[in-house]
Amino acid sequence: MNFPLPDFFPASAEIFVLVMACVVLLADLFKSERQGWLPYLLTLATLAGALAIQVGTAGADTTLTFSGMFVDDRLSDVLKSCLYITVFAVVVYSRDYLMARGLERGEYYLLVLFATLGMQVMISANHFLTLYLGLELLSLAIYALVALDRESARSTEAAMKYFVLGALASGLLLYGMSMIYGATGTLEISAIARKLSDPATNMDVLRFGLVFLVAGLAFKIGVVPFHMWIPDVYHGAPTAITLLIGSAPKLAGFSMAIRLLVDGLPTLAVEWQQMLMMLAVLSIALGNVVAIAQTNVKRMLAYSTISHMGFMLLGLVSGVIELRASGDIQLSYAFGSAMFYTIAYVLMSAAAFGVLLLLTRAGVEAETLDDLKGLNRRSPWFAAVLMMVMFSMAGIPFFIGFFAKLAVLQAVVAAGYLYTAVFAVMLSLIGAFFYLRVVKLMYFDEPLDTAPLVASSEMRALLSVNALAIAVIGLMPQSLLTLCATALGQAMK
Amino acid sequence: MDFQTAVFYFLSTILVVASLRVITARNPVHAALYLVLSFFTAGGVWMLLRAEFLAIALVLVYVGAVMVLFLFVVMMLDINIERLREGFWANLVPGLIVAGLMLAEMFAVLGAKYFSAGAAPAPEAPAMDYSNTKELGRLIYTEYVYPFELASVILLVAIIAAIALTMRKRKDTKFQEPAKQIAVRREDRVRLVSMPAEKE
Repeated sequence: MNFPLPDFFPASAEIFVLVMACVVLLADLFKSERQGWLPYLLTLATLAGALAIQVGTAGADTTLTFSGMFVDDRLSDVLKSCLYITVFAVVVYSRDYLMARGLERGEYYLLVLFATLGMQVMISANHFLTLYLGLELLSLAIYALVALDRESARSTEAAMKYFVLGALASGLLLYGMSMIYGATGTLEISAIARKLSDPATNMDVLRFGLVFLVAGLAFKIGVVPFHMWIPDVYHGAPTAITLLIGSAPKLAGFSMAIRLLVDGLPTLAVEWQQMLMMLAVLSIALGNVVAIAQTNVKRMLAYSTISHMGFMLLGLVSGVIELRASGDIQLSYAFGSAMFYTIAYVLMSAAAFGVLLLLTRAGVEAETLDDLKGLNRRSPWFAAVLMMVMFSMAGIPFFIGFFAKLAVLQAVVAAGYLYTAVFAVMLSLIGAFFYLRVVKLMYFDEPLDTAPLVASSEMRALLSVNALAIAVIGLMPQSLLTLCATALGQAMK
Repeated sequence: MDFQTAVFYFLSTILVVASLRVITARNPVHAALYLVLSFFTAGGVWMLLRAEFLAIALVLVYVGAVMVLFLFVVMMLDINIERLREGFWANLVPGLIVAGLMLAEMFAVLGAKYFSAGAAPAPEAPAMDYSNTKELGRLIYTEYVYPFELASVILLVAIIAAIALTMRKRKDTKFQEPAKQIAVRREDRVRLVSMPAEKE
């Protein structure tokens, strides 16, 4: 029996994160009372190390390893680097909040690291099996994190809802995958794409599976009509956990959509683009309109997530896939715009929840719009930070959110969906109301609570950098846009 | 009908009846026992398909471990199943109608031509010295080693999550820590206070 040892080199970042997660597990067990900071620093070191490894091992080629189940390409390098940076920021923002509530335990860091590992696996998946396992690794860690605050009945309820609906979504996804396996006889994503041009492949069964695949995907990224869990979970989870759910997993969700639909089923694009179009239009409409009625900032941001994910899907809808005679796939610029939108959204969402975390302290939650009143009196700089985030989310020039919307809308118009673009712009204008309302409350209302903000200096520094990134990338979006476009273009070769 | 087919129908009948009894039995302990029976019979059906490793694993893992645990839970929790199942019969008819409609729709779309026994040709019968267990082991540790390791990480996360959510330090328990008792120093217990001498 001969078996060539798989090439571990492309997966070195995953292996590093796994080993370090086990180190954190042991360190947390054996640390003394005075070393409470140990898991925190180790987690940050792990994420920084993973970023260094990812950048260091990034190559121009697409490498497959572990019997074709793992793919290392430019797309995964870019997305995973964004992932580490995002989780790093999440951990730094969350520490004070968790400590004030007695939740800052080793388990938090462990579950965050395992969730990161799950997202890495999803981003690099070239096989339905590994994609699914990565998704479950991510989801299980997040279910537990949502329920981490056992004293809170609301958190427990949110975790229960998330768990049950998440299991249902996994079921849908698995059912779709099994149908596609039945039609093509393989689970490997690139092999499925090759099978599509085979006339013996049963297209009806494939389409049947595709419906379930899209439904499961829509559930996981939370777009209408599979969005019911998003507001409840965002609202019920501790704010630090909402920050995690609302940021990094969007990157993994985007990668899941690309791997499943664009990589795996490119010639069925006519079908899945129709489905995604409906999801996108409904999400943009419902997200922007219902957010107006919210008085809770976390719920408002949840509905804003739904509309933003709808916008991201518009980018996927307008992408054109050409099959070259050589077997290569040529992707239009639209997919790059969707990726840019995702990265931009993650940046904005991390900063928005970061400011909410900044406003909390022991025994005080900052959740409602009233808590934001008069923030300018309390801290002019962080009021400016939140203003930048809100302007960016509303799509006001010249912040990153504006260019993200512009890039997607350009792609939508280029694909010939003029009325969809007009509709999206109209609803973004409606949505701008609730973003601007936050700015009005911060600058023109009297604060209800005049206590100074308490936050560690590293959190203030990182939050400032995060906000500046929103502004600076907004001024020169071209390099990131090009990076996204080339990463996606290279991934398909 | 040859012997194998007869065995198949015999086992299938038991399986179907036992599975039905799982959801219709009034006593939860009986339901759990019927589940044991259906697992055991399913193991027999798999054996007929020459999947002997899966059959043994099913009996060992599900019957031997999972169901015993299940029985314990059912007996200890003393759930009032009757209350949970109120309205079961009332909802049965609309439920069956919806399920039937969905099934009919799926048949209409897909038809029997894709999923009938003829659509997928039966695999070739393996050689007599072919071992399922060996093949499974070979594949898991070579080709599928990456998902196998991922599954183990998921189990680790499950353990961590379960402990994080359920373990609590009880503040009111009274116990002695010998290490602390030994490590105690005089300064911890005795405080010397200098006081000015008092005059009469």
